Amino acid sequence: MSSTFDRVATIIAETCDIPRDTITPESHAIDDLGIDSLDFLDIAFAIDKAFGIKLPLEKWTQEVNDGKATTEQYFVLKNLSARIDELVAAKGA
Amino acid sequence: MDLAYFHLIDRIADLDIGEKTIAVEAQVPQQSTIFEGHFPGYPLMPGVLLIESMAQASGWLLIALMKFERMPFLAAVKEAKMRRFVTPGELLRIEASVVHEGSGYAMTQAKVSVGGKPRCNATITFGIAAFPNADLRGHMEAMAGRIGFPQQMIAHG
Repeated sequence: MSSTFDRVATIIAETCDIPRDTITPESHAIDDLGIDSLDFLDIAFAIDKAFGIKLPLEKWTQEVNDGKATTEQYFVLKNLSARIDELVAAKGA
Repeated sequence: MDLAYFHLIDRIADLDIGEKTIAVEAQVPQQSTIFEGHFPGYPLMPGVLLIESMAQASGWLLIALMKFERMPFLAAVKEAKMRRFVTPGELLRIEASVVHEGSGYAMTQAKVSVGGKPRCNATITFGIAAFPNADLRGHMEAMAGRIGFPQQMIAHG
């Protein structure tokens, strides 16, 4: 699995005190790991800092609320990692 | 300060948009019913109100950075340390700076000092949202005028 996932998983484990070995690429941050919106702010902060990006949480939330996207697209960790890679690539473009 | 109304900021002393910092002043009142209970015979400014004062200073900084278009709401307090007592009548200087501006949230660091000596500090997280109604927006604009918030930073329309 990508190093992005490993870094995200480590961030989640350390930020939310979740055993690292329970976090997989298929884990849904909310549904499987039980991370609530407030705790996810800490994760977003750590990800923003670690990758030098700004996770567009408001845009994602709006898309989910509008039915234009599912939470799985953004909060299943392999998908979250892919979104992070896209943001990093866009920043460097 | 008007503790009963949670007015914990008296005036903005310095607001630097470029540096993303703010300094405000707040005079702790000599008399308050709060001091009658906290504590009888030994009045102290409650730590939760000092945290609130740091949150309010931070909040005004964030409102300025957002051109008065959105409102920060207190979401989390970390590493809050009450280092020394704050007593009635003391003049507080509350300084805050932005640690991070995320999407829909922001984090600040803030500290309270008296006479240049630190009394408490905290790292604070805010959720950022649209003003929920015109009443609150109007209240905040009135408050902005009271504490010397730069009027040119208030976006209208």
